[in-house]
Amino acid sequence: MSEPASPTYPDEDEATEEAASSDRSTESQPTTGAEATVAALEAAGVEHVFGVQGGAIMPVYDALYDSDVTHVTMAHEQGAAHAADAYGQVTGEPGVCMATSGPGATNLVTGIADANMDSDPLVALTGQVPTDFVGNDAFQETDTIGITRPITKTNYFASDSDTVGDTVSEAFSLARTGRQGPTLVDLPKDVSNGETDAGVAEPDEEEAPPAAEPAAVEVAAEAVAEAERPLILSGGGVTKGEASEEVRAFATEYGIPVATTMPGIGTFPEDHELCLSWAGMHGTGYANMAISHTDCLIAVGTRFDDRLTGGVETFAPGAKVVHVDIDPAEISKNVHADYPLIGDAATVLEQLDEAMPAAPDAEAWRGRCQDWKREYPLTYDTPDDEPLKPQFVVEALDEMTDDDAIVTTGVGQHQMWAAQFWTYTEPRTYVSSHGLGTMGYGLPAAIGAKVAAPDREVVCFDGDGSFLMTMQGLSVAVRDSLDITVVVLNNRAIGMVRQWQDAFFEGRRMASEYPWIPDFETLAEAFGARGFTLREYDDVANVLEEAMEYDGPSVVDAHIDPAENVYPMVPSGGDNARFALSEDQL
Amino acid sequence: MSQGSEGPAPVGPGPDQREMPAGRRSSQGIRVDPQVEATHESRRTVLSALVYHEPGVLAEVSGLVSRRQFNIESLTVGSTTNPETARITLVIEEPEPGVRQVERQLEKLQPVISVRELGDDAVRRELVVLKVHGDNPDEVNAITRMYDGTTLDAGPRTITVQITGDEQKIDDAIDAFRQFDIRELARTGQTALSRGDEWTTDAEEERYEQMRQEQAATDDDD
Repeated sequence: MSEPASPTYPDEDEATEEAASSDRSTESQPTTGAEATVAALEAAGVEHVFGVQGGAIMPVYDALYDSDVTHVTMAHEQGAAHAADAYGQVTGEPGVCMATSGPGATNLVTGIADANMDSDPLVALTGQVPTDFVGNDAFQETDTIGITRPITKTNYFASDSDTVGDTVSEAFSLARTGRQGPTLVDLPKDVSNGETDAGVAEPDEEEAPPAAEPAAVEVAAEAVAEAERPLILSGGGVTKGEASEEVRAFATEYGIPVATTMPGIGTFPEDHELCLSWAGMHGTGYANMAISHTDCLIAVGTRFDDRLTGGVETFAPGAKVVHVDIDPAEISKNVHADYPLIGDAATVLEQLDEAMPAAPDAEAWRGRCQDWKREYPLTYDTPDDEPLKPQFVVEALDEMTDDDAIVTTGVGQHQMWAAQFWTYTEPRTYVSSHGLGTMGYGLPAAIGAKVAAPDREVVCFDGDGSFLMTMQGLSVAVRDSLDITVVVLNNRAIGMVRQWQDAFFEGRRMASEYPWIPDFETLAEAFGARGFTLREYDDVANVLEEAMEYDGPSVVDAHIDPAENVYPMVPSGGDNARFALSEDQL
Repeated sequence: MSQGSEGPAPVGPGPDQREMPAGRRSSQGIRVDPQVEATHESRRTVLSALVYHEPGVLAEVSGLVSRRQFNIESLTVGSTTNPETARITLVIEEPEPGVRQVERQLEKLQPVISVRELGDDAVRRELVVLKVHGDNPDEVNAITRMYDGTTLDAGPRTITVQITGDEQKIDDAIDAFRQFDIRELARTGQTALSRGDEWTTDAEEERYEQMRQEQAATDDDD
């Protein structure tokens, strides 16, 4: 480790003079690159940072020592990235994570890739070996810029102590504007330690959100008005663009049913009669029927992921597609857009509303959607001779929590049950890993969500496999007294893989079942959290209530029926209209 | 929710009994309209990108091309009149919808200023350096002259020549030199500008004017 540079202070008169002639902040003028980095975070309004210490990032941590920014020390850098990602999902503003060079940076990679797939606003700060050592395979050196280039909106190698503050500001601004996503600043130790009197610029004025071409809006509105079977598909871009109100207003004014994507869950209240819940591989039968039969799909803020579309040849095959997206590269990437509307979701929906010549005549269509809702409800059995069903646990906890409670999940069967059997009525309440499908996301995400929204209930549904990947985060939750409730839907397996093995690999359960796993109740207690074990229907209400009431982290190890699988299911690349309700329909 | 002895709620028809929608999309996600069935034939086209001349820009562009499986015939980079910028010329072999996707994805990269697909009439040039066996210097010289080439190096064992031209001319020249047994060759890949008064990419006119004004201002100061 190199010696930190001794702090020097600019001549006071000079500093005042400079401040008078520019828009640069005069308060606590930074004197090093590290202080400029922290000053840039403060100027951007950052309140929390999630990270893990280490050699090359030490100067930045040292600058945090005197800052009002609260640092949440995580147990592992992957958890820091997921916590920051969830913080961004809950608040809409970039979560910030930091780590040292080498293993610190590579441990962040999964979380950065996760944010990139889901367009979650995130800023990652990584330490780097001093500039002179870069390229020499120095201790804890990795090419962080090279590694993270394909998984960030953009990344920056900070090369100068005088500009590092502005670089961090730019990274922050880029992460939160346009199509949101992760950015990264790699900070060589000499740049952090280096002296500067450059100060940090005030953040730029907000630009007006981009609107779509009025002429394009006109023709799209006509297509919607002429449709007989219109359907809104509300995606994650509606969450990111704060356009839930606009979707609700548009749908109800024109009587258009709404399906959501998984990242769009909560953008339209699931208890609304026009709501068909979410579509795709494990989405509702009625949403998938509606998508398959619509003649005009108004897709807002979605990238038509393959888990949504199934085989693209059979996706909404008779539909003219109105595609609203802020990213021009999403237009006609996977599904051809007949009416591309490039712009901010809320702005474009308002434009579309104003341009609508009439409401579509869709009464018969609404009736068909209701019929499908009756024909294909989400259901499960609870026979007396079978173990506890996971769906029952999800519904029971939903009933005892507030509408604005936040659910985080890992990835797998439990994630699907948490999405299917919890009724989401508000955006930013289902916080999950969608595009990347990162097992282990749930617990660190619950930590990030609780830090972002300390007054709201935060529940993490996890699988036993997912929980084992990041459960070291319990130490953080206990230390910081974070009141979160983790419900492990424990089926002693990587259940989704096992389900696929049974369906598509002749039941050859290779490496999917856990012959032995720890006792999560005891484990939770060892961490200093409350632990519970749940096996019987009769105990569900009491145990969940006790766990929710405990003022601190609690873990409920719910031993569920290992034979229970996730349905409906559209096999990978299949036709959404041919969703299976059980294995024998696959 | 259903619990206990109630059993599951009644469910609708299974996959084979359901009413199925009419129509289909192509593998490109385009609705197949039987009345106007359009087919996209594979074609070769040139994209020009004006980029900031900074470290990593080539890695960004080539990384994008490889991870999105874009089919690139050649990629060249070089400086421009402005030291801040560089030009990247890509020759792409793709069905039409793919080209738009390359263009849009390139535009999203931070160091990329503007991207445009050049028309068929664009001025395109490529250079090849060929090294052949030196047994027949007169004949090599004759072919070199036929292709308006230049001899760069000639010795008892090898002769090295350069030919410039469009892609077809380079292909033909290489064919013609094969009779001398080509030992090695290096092709640059195509570089191109739009023809006539038209600017090659959208951002260039504005940048050019800006640079001229700055130049005029410094000249005045002198």
